[in-house]
Amino acid sequence: MPLPTPFHTRTAPLCESHSWRDWSGYLSPSMYELSFEREYWAIRNAAGVIDISPLFKYDIIGPDAEAMLNRTVTRDMRRCRVGQVFYTPWCDETGDMRHDGNIIRIAADHFRVTTADPMLRWFEDCGYGMDVTITDVSTRYAALALQGPNSRAILKQLTANLDLDTLRYFRMGMGIINEIEVMITRTGFTGDLGYELWVEAQHAEALWDRLMRVGRAYGLLPFGLTVLDMVRVEAGLLLIEVDYIATNHAVIDGQKSNPLEAGLDWAVNFDKGEFIGRKPLLADQERGPEWRLVGLEVDWAELERLWAAVDLRPKVVYRTTSRESVPVYRGGTNGRLQIGQATSHLFSPLLKKYIALATLKTPDATLGSEVDLEMTVEYSRVLAKAKIVQLPFFNPARKRE
Amino acid sequence: MNKKYDAIIIGAGHNGLTCAGYLAKAGKKVLVLEKRYLVGGATVSEEIVPGFKFATFSYLVSLLRSEVIHDLELVKHGLRMLPFETTLDLAVNGDSLYREPDHYRTYRAIARYSKRDAEAYDDYKLMMRHVIHAVRYLMHHAPPNMDFDANPQALIDLAKHVGTVDKEVLYTLIQLLTISADDFLSQWFETDILKAGLATSGMIGSMVSPKSPGSGLVLLAMYMGEIDGVYRTWRFAKGGTGGVANALAQAARSFGAEIRTNAPVAQLMRHGDEVRGVVLESGEEITADVIVSSLTPQMTYLKLAGEEGLPSDLVQQVKRWNSFGSASKINLALDGVPDFKAMPGYGMHLAGGFNTNVSIDSFERLYDTAKYGDFERHLFIDGGLISFADPDMAPPGKHVMTCFVMYTPYHLRQGTWDERREELGDAVVDTLEHYIPNIRQLIVGRQISTPLDIERLINMSGGNIFQGELRLSQMFLMRPAAGYSGYQTPLHNYYICGSSAHPSGGISGAPGRLAALQILADGKK
Ligand SMILES: Cc1cc2nc3c(=O)[nH]c(=O)nc-3n(C[C@H](O)[C@H](O)[C@H](O)COP(=O)(O)OP(=O)(O)OC[C@H]3O[C@@H](n4cnc5c(N)ncnc54)[C@H](O)[C@@H]3O)c2cc1C
Repeated sequence: MPLPTPFHTRTAPLCESHSWRDWSGYLSPSMYELSFEREYWAIRNAAGVIDISPLFKYDIIGPDAEAMLNRTVTRDMRRCRVGQVFYTPWCDETGDMRHDGNIIRIAADHFRVTTADPMLRWFEDCGYGMDVTITDVSTRYAALALQGPNSRAILKQLTANLDLDTLRYFRMGMGIINEIEVMITRTGFTGDLGYELWVEAQHAEALWDRLMRVGRAYGLLPFGLTVLDMVRVEAGLLLIEVDYIATNHAVIDGQKSNPLEAGLDWAVNFDKGEFIGRKPLLADQERGPEWRLVGLEVDWAELERLWAAVDLRPKVVYRTTSRESVPVYRGGTNGRLQIGQATSHLFSPLLKKYIALATLKTPDATLGSEVDLEMTVEYSRVLAKAKIVQLPFFNPARKRE
Repeated sequence: MNKKYDAIIIGAGHNGLTCAGYLAKAGKKVLVLEKRYLVGGATVSEEIVPGFKFATFSYLVSLLRSEVIHDLELVKHGLRMLPFETTLDLAVNGDSLYREPDHYRTYRAIARYSKRDAEAYDDYKLMMRHVIHAVRYLMHHAPPNMDFDANPQALIDLAKHVGTVDKEVLYTLIQLLTISADDFLSQWFETDILKAGLATSGMIGSMVSPKSPGSGLVLLAMYMGEIDGVYRTWRFAKGGTGGVANALAQAARSFGAEIRTNAPVAQLMRHGDEVRGVVLESGEEITADVIVSSLTPQMTYLKLAGEEGLPSDLVQQVKRWNSFGSASKINLALDGVPDFKAMPGYGMHLAGGFNTNVSIDSFERLYDTAKYGDFERHLFIDGGLISFADPDMAPPGKHVMTCFVMYTPYHLRQGTWDERREELGDAVVDTLEHYIPNIRQLIVGRQISTPLDIERLINMSGGNIFQGELRLSQMFLMRPAAGYSGYQTPLHNYYICGSSAHPSGGISGAPGRLAALQILADGKK
């Protein structure tokens, strides 16, 4: 059986649906209620909290910590100031993505990396011979992501010592909640205003209790992985093993992608000096990457048209993100040509559109152009007209304000 | 100096705004004139008690056409539809029935009373789905011109559509249109609280009881909604129904429409049978090629146009137009969380709706009393804690309760609504207390709108919430008058677009949209 997280005694009684998933070997609620609707809307209209303790966490400490990370990841870690958080991918020697994660700079010589997959050996190998120690602190810290428009108001009630109005997007501060020290980062996987709270595992329950007591007045609800997977697509955020495959899991080369292909060009800094995968990435940059990550949108009129053919109204709601990849074509029904695939797709209850993260051949990936997305309507494969749109699909001003 | 507009819309209710949005999107220069200080009409949210936002009148959304949402890009302009998924029916004797999105939990809740009914519930839902699917056509088509030679196509299309409807569905539909909700529901169900809970849809806003023929039609009208393709879903719009109006207004403005509030229209500028503009109560005159009224027939024809020059059969029908309200709205500002006797403590039921005094016999008694010009002290309330659906409706930890109260007739036998308004408020609180023992001490403010107040505030003549009773004699070809059912009026350049036009009331935007399409089509001739 998967392990309980430090919050399990609190999340279990609330998980009315008994619908659990296995997240890195931990019991993790898929959704709390029998319908995901309220959890989903809590994130977008009030506040939601998810237990993210199963993330892997590594402390990278020492005089060479900055140098070690700088040659490991694609972003320029010298620019990451103390109290700042960087999202970054990192690659192997071929320039293909090994993984991605957030890096918090706690002190000049102290970083904490959070990732979805184990990364100790990789980091140790990357830091070989350097004056740096890498410690797996995954179980030492429990973590919660508090997300949604009311998350700041809630957090303000919890901690008085930290000025949350000045804590900017992707910044970190140390807060005291109930005499417990909590590291607060303004980060999350929802594309909304939100914070992540990192606390020593023995204080997890106390933090949860306090948060829930205060949060209730602001419409706070706990949420599970199901709706997280919905909102992260709206936010245009990639999921490893879904939207891209890590090099260490790719069986053939064709399964790999580099950051330029995955829409992460902004996170690759060629000017900072040598880093793993720089050369092939630079070559790819000059050649122009073969693939591009794009957002696809199928509007309501098109959905109506597809289902009207079988005398139904569009059957798209009450479904969660599908990770079943589907082909994307151009050229319509006759003479169609596959130009890529959509890897995560769903009907967004907020945007009222069918949206998809897709990887397309670069020449076909022009913003605004029309492609055909394969959809299934009553057992039949049909082509839906989809438009290539700017990512993220949903980007509220409050996220950064 | 007067600018000349292509179109002036009288009234910024949601239909006026919808019509304005479509016309402006088509490139017309549009001016909307609204009597009140804010847009929305029957779809407004107002901060009456500081910190508490009330959905002054309407409170839930279902009927809003997906075309309107998407054509006018309402999501971009802020429309958010929040879940409001559960219903708690409460009977005076302590019985209760909790219906929720989960199929088997609802099955078990009904099965406590009757396993037969619990099974029938699925069959009923499926049959209603078919009926809605068949009738949906009417939500997107203007009533046909009955002169076959003049306009055969509309009648042919309608006949074709009817011809494709499954016969069992068609017969069920005919039943529904003609018999009472109670008779209709009794074909499926035996449990009183379930039948009565479902029958409430057949009473909403109308002066009918579950046993009155015609309540079936009201039930059908309230079932005609769909959200994201799912029939019969009801949701709470972020910010209350004012949120819908604001999104519509913003959309209309984004297409170039101009909206003026505090601008009541006194009458039309007429030149014989031709309408050329409007005169505001301030005396200001504004001209336009087309004038569109979103108001009741009484306002549209008798007040704004004036009887002169109108066909007498129209005038007679408008004078007899039944729009006497029977519903009131009470909003409560609460200092904390109400505790239901039937479902104590916290839970998902707080984020849904509840009904009080649910039983067929109770409803009949309430109706009888209302029929004779009075109201009962133990009322039927269709209530909800809307601040659970949208916490922004109230300060943190505090709440707003909406109470839609039926069988409070426009015509009182004794006294006036001005004299008896607080008495109604007290009766509502007394009723609530029976089911929610802690309610009284939580109340920090209240707003009471009787049918008279609804009439006064937004000129809904008679106070009927749909700008006219939903009854067969006032629907489709007969709405708002036999022979005058389209969106055109007998006066040149004068149109109607409100709930008193087909396909009638509720927050649908359908009359507003269809009227705009008619105006644009006429303009192309
Ligand atoms: C208490 C109540 C509860 C309801 N609950 C629901 C519900 O939950 N769900 C639902 O779907 N429907 C509900 N309804 C019905 C629904 O709200 C109405 O059918 C619908 O909103 C009417 O829209 P409209 O645009 O046709 O007319 P209105 O909203 O009546 O708009 C007419 C507008 O014209 C303005 N006006 C009037 N006279 C003049 C003048 N001389 N000059 C300028 N402007 C003028 C008015 O102020 C108003 O803004 C409810 C209605 C009421 C009253």
